[in-house]
Amino acid sequence: MGILVIAEHDGRQLKPGTTNTITAAAKIGGDIAVLVAGHNCAEAAQAAAKVAGVAKVLHADAAHYAGGAAENLAALVVSIAGGYSHILAPATGFGKNFMPRVAAALDVQQVSDISAVVSADTFVRPIYAGNAMATVQSADKVKVITVRATGFDAAGEGGSAAVEALAAGPDTGLSKFNGQELSKSDRPELTAAKIIVSGGRGMGSGENFKLLEALADKLGAAVGASRAAVDSGFVPNDYQVGQTGKIVAPELYIAVGISGAIQHLAGMKDSKVIVAINKDPEAPIFAVASYWLEADLFNAVPELTAAL
Amino acid sequence: MKVLVTVKRVIDPYVKVRVKSDGTGVETANVKMAMNPFCEIAVEQAVRMKEAGVVTEIVAVSVGVAQSQETLRTAMAMGADRGILIEAPADIQPLAVAKLVKAVVDKEQPKLVIMGKQAIDDDANQTGQMVSALLGWPQSAFTSAITVNGDAADVTREVDGGLEKLTIKLPAVITTDLRLNEPRYVTLPNIMKAKKKPLETLKPEALGVDIAPRLKTLKVEEPPKRGAGVKVADVAELVAKLKNEAKVI
Repeated sequence: MGILVIAEHDGRQLKPGTTNTITAAAKIGGDIAVLVAGHNCAEAAQAAAKVAGVAKVLHADAAHYAGGAAENLAALVVSIAGGYSHILAPATGFGKNFMPRVAAALDVQQVSDISAVVSADTFVRPIYAGNAMATVQSADKVKVITVRATGFDAAGEGGSAAVEALAAGPDTGLSKFNGQELSKSDRPELTAAKIIVSGGRGMGSGENFKLLEALADKLGAAVGASRAAVDSGFVPNDYQVGQTGKIVAPELYIAVGISGAIQHLAGMKDSKVIVAINKDPEAPIFAVASYWLEADLFNAVPELTAAL
Repeated sequence: MKVLVTVKRVIDPYVKVRVKSDGTGVETANVKMAMNPFCEIAVEQAVRMKEAGVVTEIVAVSVGVAQSQETLRTAMAMGADRGILIEAPADIQPLAVAKLVKAVVDKEQPKLVIMGKQAIDDDANQTGQMVSALLGWPQSAFTSAITVNGDAADVTREVDGGLEKLTIKLPAVITTDLRLNEPRYVTLPNIMKAKKKPLETLKPEALGVDIAPRLKTLKVEEPPKRGAGVKVADVAELVAKLKNEAKVI
């Protein structure tokens, strides 16, 4: 019995999170097959074949898999689930969308968002926005699991797996994909960035995020935000770091004008080094910061940008 | 059309959660409880659709302990027409909840099911997608906009890089994201009115659903604590620390 990993990709490359999921699969132990399903995604299938530890790549190509359509993708995974003891996907917007459908169809209680593998049937996962860690054991025959990328290192290159074509399943016709409006940015993606500069309500306006962008560009960093900043309309929701946004763990996380609500800490407290800049000496963010600077961000941020 | 919304009773999101010293779970005795925030958004959406004349009846469903009646009363104070409580232990797992909701959907035949995308206690983010799969219906998870057009709905979903637009056939299951709406506050007159609305209580056995848990929680622990941080006096000291001590820039 092997392990099936469902790859998240953009047609050409694997998205961050997929290689971490392959590492989680390796910790469980067993032959790892990677399913690359999408539209015009042969290049991504080749990329998956080069990841260390991958034994086989299954490549399914059809228009009705574009955008990771949940109904069609879940049906495809269920159709090939028979040969596997574990089915894994990254706990990103992609994996969270279709994996519970796979689990329900297989009559399995999914284990969401695991941050560690204890054994082939026992996993650690955060609950209550990461304020508690639960160790859970699955009694299901097949384990359906989503993986928190920050809990596992990314698997490197060095594989040379065979790529097998997998016939596409039928289009369920339940849903029609009308396109995506993706934020355009030359900066790295939040979940892949080594450095993140994030702003909170203290930024005061969307216009003031330019200060953070200048700092981010100096550092080659991504720009993020707290839910408060998103709710205030300063930046779009895909900037959001937190329990209900993205979970990140970069080398360096710079929190500017962020008070540090539990909800936000849940998304970034595993970062290696955390810097907090806030003028409120009581801000809870200081409790998780490696270095904290009590200062007015409108002076400190330009000064920091100039000093780098 | 008829809409079914689900609501879950959880620890109030503003309460600091404490892990029990025996490692069996988190402390829930004498802790303030509330409706899961994403469920509030689901109820609000249904009520707005009723106010807009798209929806004719809103049925609120909760799966949980007897006190979940309070959560259903809140949903009815917001504008749901009636409530159904399926009595089950507080730690019932998402697959079992999904099967129970499906059983109620089979009975009630709504055209739309609106659910929160995730409960802020177990953070599983599964139940809506599971209900949709069990029914063989389309889904729109993490939804930030809904427009119903006859037998289909145009939806906008929050995805990692931005937004995604879909047209889904009805009946369908929708799970809510934060930007879908801002839930209203319940008023005292509406709380009083809600007390008179019908609330039915069912048992899982009556719906023919096995709710035996599949996951066993072996232990619950505090997350690892971060070491104490260092206060820096100014930007120059911060840059020096990041370069020489942390070596991250």
